[in-house]
Amino acid sequence: MIAEPSLRPIGGLETFKMEWYRVVGKARETPDTFTIRMKARGNGEIAFEPGQFNMLYAYGVGEVPISISGAPFNGQLIEHTVRAVGPVTKALASARIGSNLGLRGPFGKGWPLKEAEGQDVVIVGGGIGLAPLRPAIQQIIRKRERYGKFYILYGARTPSDLLYKRDLQNWRGRLDTQLLVTVDKGDEKWRGYIGVVTTLFRHIKLEPNNTYAYVCGPEIMMKFTVQELKNQGLPDDRIFISMERNMKCGVGICGHCQFGPFFICKDGPVFSYSEVSNIFGRREV
Amino acid sequence: MGAKEERAGTDHYFLDPQQFDELIAALRKLGYSVIGPVVRDGAILYDEIESASQLPVGLRDRQGPGYYRLEERGDKAFFGFVVGPHSWKKFLYPPRVKLLTVSRKGEVTAHNGGERKMAFIGVRGCELAAISVLDKVLLGGPYVDPVYSTKRKHVFIVAVNCTEPGENCFCLSIGTGPEAGPGYDISLTEVVGDGIHYFVARAGSSEGENLLERIGARKATGQEISEASVRMEKSHTLFRKSLDTVGLKELLYRNLESPVYTEVAERCLACANCTLVCPTCFCTTVEEVTDLSGEVAERWRRWDSCFNADFSYIHGGSIRSSRLSRYRQWLTHKLGTWIDQFGVLGCVGCGRCITWCPVGIDITEEAAKIRRREVEVSTA
Ligand SMILES: Cc1cc2nc3c(=O)[nH]c(=O)nc-3n(C[C@H](O)[C@H](O)[C@H](O)COP(=O)(O)OP(=O)(O)OC[C@H]3O[C@@H](n4cnc5c(N)ncnc54)[C@H](O)[C@@H]3O)c2cc1C
Ligand code: SF4
Ligand code: FES
Repeated sequence: MIAEPSLRPIGGLETFKMEWYRVVGKARETPDTFTIRMKARGNGEIAFEPGQFNMLYAYGVGEVPISISGAPFNGQLIEHTVRAVGPVTKALASARIGSNLGLRGPFGKGWPLKEAEGQDVVIVGGGIGLAPLRPAIQQIIRKRERYGKFYILYGARTPSDLLYKRDLQNWRGRLDTQLLVTVDKGDEKWRGYIGVVTTLFRHIKLEPNNTYAYVCGPEIMMKFTVQELKNQGLPDDRIFISMERNMKCGVGICGHCQFGPFFICKDGPVFSYSEVSNIFGRREV
Repeated sequence: MGAKEERAGTDHYFLDPQQFDELIAALRKLGYSVIGPVVRDGAILYDEIESASQLPVGLRDRQGPGYYRLEERGDKAFFGFVVGPHSWKKFLYPPRVKLLTVSRKGEVTAHNGGERKMAFIGVRGCELAAISVLDKVLLGGPYVDPVYSTKRKHVFIVAVNCTEPGENCFCLSIGTGPEAGPGYDISLTEVVGDGIHYFVARAGSSEGENLLERIGARKATGQEISEASVRMEKSHTLFRKSLDTVGLKELLYRNLESPVYTEVAERCLACANCTLVCPTCFCTTVEEVTDLSGEVAERWRRWDSCFNADFSYIHGGSIRSSRLSRYRQWLTHKLGTWIDQFGVLGCVGCGRCITWCPVGIDITEEAAKIRRREVEVSTA
């Protein structure tokens, strides 16, 4: 346990140190949400698991957790999709091409993609919750032969809140993928489904013992989605959700992200529903 | 751990008050800042000392729920009190510390708070346990805290066994005291009585042993050792508080909706005192500070508390907006989820949260009430 004073090591100087990534591209997804594409200063591939997040830092403003939303060009670049809601996310969203943002990560545990090989997969995203699911979708599509049936259910408030419109078109065009999109409230051009994302389950029939479900969105949306998946017979340990809590450190030290016995930053953000079923959805935990 | 425990089983040394003072001097000569209990503003705090005479000689602290007062003991004891509002956390994990300096041009410098050889004098069993808890939290990985790691490296610990537990102490029921467990370099048991005043010392590390040899401490006699043991045996009979830890975690998990939380929330002021005085609470937040020119930004970390409203803030509102939920978070963390996270209780039984709570909320009472209520409800 406690070593003699002279034997104790000093460590951790890298724990809070960010590295600079250059902004090389920016796509406006919705009026307040941008996908920012960055390149590491050095060369080489950026390694991460779909579902992990980074702490992104805007000089002079602060640092916040943001999910990795893509890694185009074989991981030479990395993407984050940021919704500008407060000081840090506003600063990130307004970063200019050519400027640098700080990055620490990747942190946390992602979606169990390996475990789901040979199985059907249903992905359910609500709003900006699609961001951490996007790299999982991309990976499944890349290794499509390793998975069975593949469903993507996506819901947003209005048609203009839908992220990744070009991806949605591509996914919709694939014969091996069933994409269903719904909005709470349509507009004059909207021809698709209307209703909360759980209403989409009417249109698909899952094979409960042969299916993995990955869910991310507002907690209330995840709660109803989990209920729906359970109604369809999915066991708790095949349902995965991605949790969100205040985070300051990302590395299990600041205590902010606690969720019952878990630190979301290191034990999550992705949890199997069986791990959290006794606390998930409980008020103010 | 093995080597330490073996050594702790061996030699007992004798120190008279003069030699105890020499111990402090010797540590200073070795380059240590010596930190020990001192009286400040009517309380016993921890601060740098140069000699044993600066200790709260002849004082004791009377403690109760929401109550703390110093009194004369009528003897010359150096350690005739227990723990005050400070803990060693203050030195190992400072309340405010700079983590990073970032220049607009992109230079990033990480800080570790600075190396400093510190000798802690008068570390109690509960406090030693608290340091070992923080070791797990901040050094256990996968990520290591740079500041704690740096401060912790050079710490020399002189522990004191408690011969007189305080009114709010309950270490005995948790197993962290009143004897100081492994992890010290030297432990002391103070013997004060009719015309006698000395310490029985033991080494817990080779550094500790070297130091005792260096000041020329002789081996204690059987008589001296047994005087010390008698006092420690008596100490075990003096406890007034206890925490029933049997099945405690499971009890709390089963009773997240216990009515006890509703009642305690009516008293709790969410002032965060309990977390500030707690020797194991580790939660922090980070602030970004820029200079006027905007050329340099610094990231400063400071202690935070799960009782603060914005602690659990996420866009749209705080997860734990009610006081009930914040008290529940604190209690279930200390006595339940901490075990899942780090394999030990987050409470070491020092009683500080009871003493420094302005309304005197008592963690042992609240835990006992939750237990009683469960039985009442299930037999009703
Ligand atoms: C694992 C994880 C992944 C995330 N992924 C994304 C993503 O891909 N895209 C995206 O736009 N947002 C994401 N968020 C939410 C994002 O971190 C917050 O919107 C952001 O912290 C808000 O900071 P702010 O300073 O702009 O706003 P404010 O609302 O003013 O926040 C003030 C402070 O509160 C904390 N905070 C506020 N909201 C959140 C929150 N929702 N989660 C955690 N801390 C919060 C932060 O410390 C922040 O600095 C993610 C959060 C988590 C925990
Ligand atoms: S809790 Fe135990 S070890 Fe701590 S001061 Fe009280 S008696 Fe001493
Ligand atoms: S974000 Fe700091 S502990 Fe998880």
